[in-house]
Amino acid sequence: MSHKKNKTGYPQRLLFLKLLMLLGVAALFWRMGDLNLNQREFLQGQGDARYLREVSIPAHRGMITDRHGEPLAISTPVESVWANPPALAQARERWPELARVLELEPAQLEQLLGRRMDREFVYLRRHINPDQAERVMALRIPGVSLQPEYRRYYPMGEVAAHVLGFTNIDDVGQEGIELMLDQTLRGTPGSKRVLRDRLGRIVENVESIHEPRPGDNLQLSIDRRIQYLAYRELKAAVNRHRASSGSAVVLDVITGEVLAMVNQPAYNPNNRSDLDSSRFRNRAVTDVFEPGSTMKPFTISAALESGKYRPKTPVDTHPGLLRLSGYTIRDSRDYGLIDVSTVIQKSSNVGASRIALSLEPQRLWDVFSRFGFGYDSGSGFPGEAAGLLNAYQEWRDVEQATVSYGYGLSVSTLQLAHAYATLAADGQQRPVSLLKLKSDNLPKSRQSIDPAIARAVRGMLELAVQKGGTGTRAQIAGYRVAGKTGTVRKAGVGGYSEENYISIFAGMAPASRPRLAMVVVVHRPDDGEYYGGVVAAPVFARVMEGALRLLDVAPDDLESLRGVKVARAEGVR
Amino acid sequence: MLLSDASTSHSLFRRIHLDPPLLAALLLLAGVGLVILFSASGGSEAQIWRQLTRLGISFGVMLLLAQVSPDTLLRWTHWIFGFGLIMLIAVLIVGDVGKGAQRWLAFGGIRFQPSELMKLAVPMMVAWYFAEKSLPAQTRHSLVALAIVVVPTLLIAKQPDLGTAVLIASSGLFILLFAGLSWRLVGFATLLALPLGWLLWQFGMHDYQRRRVLTFLNPESDPLGSGYHIIQSKIAIGSGGLYGKGWLNGTQSHLEFLPERHTDFIFAVFSEEFGLMGVLLLLAIYLLIVLRGLYIASQAQDTFSRLLAGGLSMTFMVYVFVNIGMVTGLLPVVGVPLPLVSYGGSSMVTLMAAFGILMSIHTHRKLLKN
Repeated sequence: MSHKKNKTGYPQRLLFLKLLMLLGVAALFWRMGDLNLNQREFLQGQGDARYLREVSIPAHRGMITDRHGEPLAISTPVESVWANPPALAQARERWPELARVLELEPAQLEQLLGRRMDREFVYLRRHINPDQAERVMALRIPGVSLQPEYRRYYPMGEVAAHVLGFTNIDDVGQEGIELMLDQTLRGTPGSKRVLRDRLGRIVENVESIHEPRPGDNLQLSIDRRIQYLAYRELKAAVNRHRASSGSAVVLDVITGEVLAMVNQPAYNPNNRSDLDSSRFRNRAVTDVFEPGSTMKPFTISAALESGKYRPKTPVDTHPGLLRLSGYTIRDSRDYGLIDVSTVIQKSSNVGASRIALSLEPQRLWDVFSRFGFGYDSGSGFPGEAAGLLNAYQEWRDVEQATVSYGYGLSVSTLQLAHAYATLAADGQQRPVSLLKLKSDNLPKSRQSIDPAIARAVRGMLELAVQKGGTGTRAQIAGYRVAGKTGTVRKAGVGGYSEENYISIFAGMAPASRPRLAMVVVVHRPDDGEYYGGVVAAPVFARVMEGALRLLDVAPDDLESLRGVKVARAEGVR
Repeated sequence: MLLSDASTSHSLFRRIHLDPPLLAALLLLAGVGLVILFSASGGSEAQIWRQLTRLGISFGVMLLLAQVSPDTLLRWTHWIFGFGLIMLIAVLIVGDVGKGAQRWLAFGGIRFQPSELMKLAVPMMVAWYFAEKSLPAQTRHSLVALAIVVVPTLLIAKQPDLGTAVLIASSGLFILLFAGLSWRLVGFATLLALPLGWLLWQFGMHDYQRRRVLTFLNPESDPLGSGYHIIQSKIAIGSGGLYGKGWLNGTQSHLEFLPERHTDFIFAVFSEEFGLMGVLLLLAIYLLIVLRGLYIASQAQDTFSRLLAGGLSMTFMVYVFVNIGMVTGLLPVVGVPLPLVSYGGSSMVTLMAAFGILMSIHTHRKLLKN
C-alpha cells in the first residue's frame, strides 16, 4: 500500500512489461506471416513431396491363346507384400504375428529385414492370393503395404510349356514365346498420384496420370488338341522305351504354321521351384542331331533334279557294303540291284551313297540348302539352332557319301519337319510360323524343288510305309501316309555309339494331298527297341490319325478302312 | 454493501469469486482447444472425453482456489514453497524416471510432479518476500529474491525439465521486474548472461538438450532425427496459408507426418487448418486473457496480490510464446504445451489454479475502502 503512492514504480513497470509482451506477440506474428505467406509455396511443395506420390499401376500381360482362342497363358491379379523396414522395426513385437500370416518362419522374417534396415522397400512375400493379402493388411502393422501384381498362369501346364516358356517373378519373359515376343506381350504400366501417410499406406487416390495399357494378346498357330495329343503320345513312347528325351513337331504344310511342338522331359510352368533348367529347353528347336536315313528323300530329290536318275533307274547296292578310303558303309543286308524307289523303301545306305557320289557335290549341297538345311527355319524362336551343313567344297568322298544318308550334318526336329513339309507342299516352302496366320495373308513361298520331283519322292515315301518298307507301323486307317524312318547311332566322344540310338520318323499325310507333316524324334531308347520304325513310327501314326480326324481331313484311302477299322480304334486307345 | 458497484449477476459471480470476463475467455479457449484436438487426434472421441474430464477437474481446482483469500494464501506461502523445495530434492534422490527424466514422486498409487507445484510456489514466494518491503526493490533484496528463483529452477533443470525451468524462472523474474528491479541490475545480468550461457552449454546441459539447440539453429542438419519435428511443423504451418485448409483437412497432421500433433505441436495442426487468420484469432484470445490478468494486477490492493497477479499473467504469456515460438521454429524445442489447447498434461491443473488465484485476488477486494 505504500507502493501505491510510488507513481514511478509499478505502472511504469507494467507498461514496460506490456511493451515486452507486444514485442513477443509481434515476433510471433512476423514469424507466422513469414511461414504462411512468404514461404508458403516452398513449404506446401515440401509438404506435397511428403505425401503426394506417383505410383505405377501394373499393366497385365497380354494373353496367349491357341489358334482357336483357347487360353494358353493368362495373367491373374495377385498381391505382393512389402515393408518399409525402419517403420516395421518400430512394431517389432508384432513380427511373429506377421510371420504367421505370411506363412514364414519368424527367423526368416528377422533375416529378411535384419540386413536391410537401411532400405525403404523390401519384399516380404511375392504373389500371394488376395485372401491372404487381406489378412495381412487386417493386422494393421505399420510399414507393411501391398503392391498389386500379376502372375502368369498356364492352363495347359507341361503340355505347352516349351512353346510358351515362362516369365520371371517380375513378369518379364524368360523362355519361349514369352521371351520371343516379350515386347508385344508386355503392357505399359500406368501411373497415378496418391496420398500416402507417413507409413507409406495409400490413403486416397488423387488422380490418374495415365491408364495402364495391357499388353497385346497373341494367337499362336498351336492347336491345343493336337498339342495335347502329340504330348500324350510322345510321353508314353519315351516312358515305354525308357528313352532319355524326345521331341515331336506337327506342321501345317500349306501355311508353315506349327500346330504342335512337344518335348520330353517337360516341366510344369506353374510350379518350377525345384527343377533343373535342362527341362526348360525346347529341344525340338534348340537341339540338333544327325538325321540319318530321314535325309535320303533329299538326296533322291537332288538325284532326280540332276536328270541322271528317275524313280525306276537301277542302282547296284551289291554286296551291301561300300568301302571308301578306309571307311565302310553298310546296309543291313545285300539288296542287290534295286531301283531308286527301293533305295528309299528299304533304306539302303549303299544305294544312297552310290547315287550321291555320282552327283556334283554342289548340286547335292544346293538341294539340301533349298530344303532349309544349314539355315534356321524362320520361326524366330529363342535359341533356335540352324544345324550344321558343311560347305560342299570341304567335302571329301566319305563325307559326300555319308551326308546322303544323314551323317556328317545336323538338324533340329523343327528343321527336319520343315523340310518334309516342303516336300509335302510340292516344293513350296514358307517360313515356319508359331503365330496364327491369316489364310489370305500368307508369307511369300519359295519353290524349293520342282513339284513333279516332290510328288515322285512322296510316292517313294509312301512305299517306305507300305508293306515291305521300314515304316509300316506309321500306317493310318483311312489315310495314305508317306514317310521315312531313321535309326541313328548317336555321335559321342570318340566316335559313334554301339548302344545309344536316335529313333526318328518323319512323314506326312494324307499322301495324295498332304495336309500335315510331322517328325518324331526319340533319343536313347533303352528297352532293346531302337529302330525308328518301331519306336517313333507308332507315335507318328497315333498323333497323325488323331490330328487328321480333328481337322476333319477327308480320308484318301477308304480301302484300308474295311476290316481294320475296329482294330485301329482299339489301337488308338 | 457488496452491491455498491455492480449488478445482481455480477454480484452472483462475486459471491462465488469468479471473474466473468476471464472465465468467458478461458471457456472460449478451452472450446477452441477441443475443436482442434478433435481434428488432431484423428477424430478420437475417447481423447475428447479424457480432455473434457481434465478440463472439468482443472476448472474445479480454479473454482476452489478462487475461494481462498489472498491473505490466507500469503500466510501459507512459505510453507508451500518449503514443502515444494523438499519435494524437488526428493525427486532427484528417489524420483521415478519417465521418458528419460526424473520428474515424478510416487505416493502409493498416486504420482506427483513437484515442479508443477513450484510453478505456483516460486512466484508466490517472491511476491511474499516483497510483500512487506518498500518498493522499488533494493539491490540486496533483489539478490535474495533471485536466489528464491534460481534454486528451484536449477533443481528442475537438473531433472532435466528445461521447459518448466524456463517457465518458473521467468515467473520469478517477472515479479522481480514488477517489484522494481533496478535497471542497472537488469543490464548487469544481461552482460553476465553471455558467459553464463556458454558455461551452461559446456557443463550444465545434457546431450539431448544441446542437440535440441543445435537442431533449432539448423533443423535441416538432421531432417530425419531431431530436426524432423521442426521441419514437419513448419511445413504444416506454412501449408495453411492465409485461411487454412479447413477443419479436419490438414494433410500433414492427418497423414501422421506431424509428430506430437495433439500435444506440444497442436498449434501446427491449428495453423494448417485455420491459416493465419485463425492464428490471429487464437492469439487474440490469449492476449485478452493476459490483459485481463494484468488489469486484475493493476486493480489489486496489496503488494503481494499485485506482484503475484502480474507475475502469473505474464508467465501465461510466456507459455504461449514459448510453445508457438518452438512450433514455428523461432525457439528451441523445450516441451511446453500450448495452454488449454494441447492434450493432457498435469500442467493444465496448475494453469487453472493460477487463474483461480487471479480470480480470488480480484474478487476479494475490499470495495468499501475504495
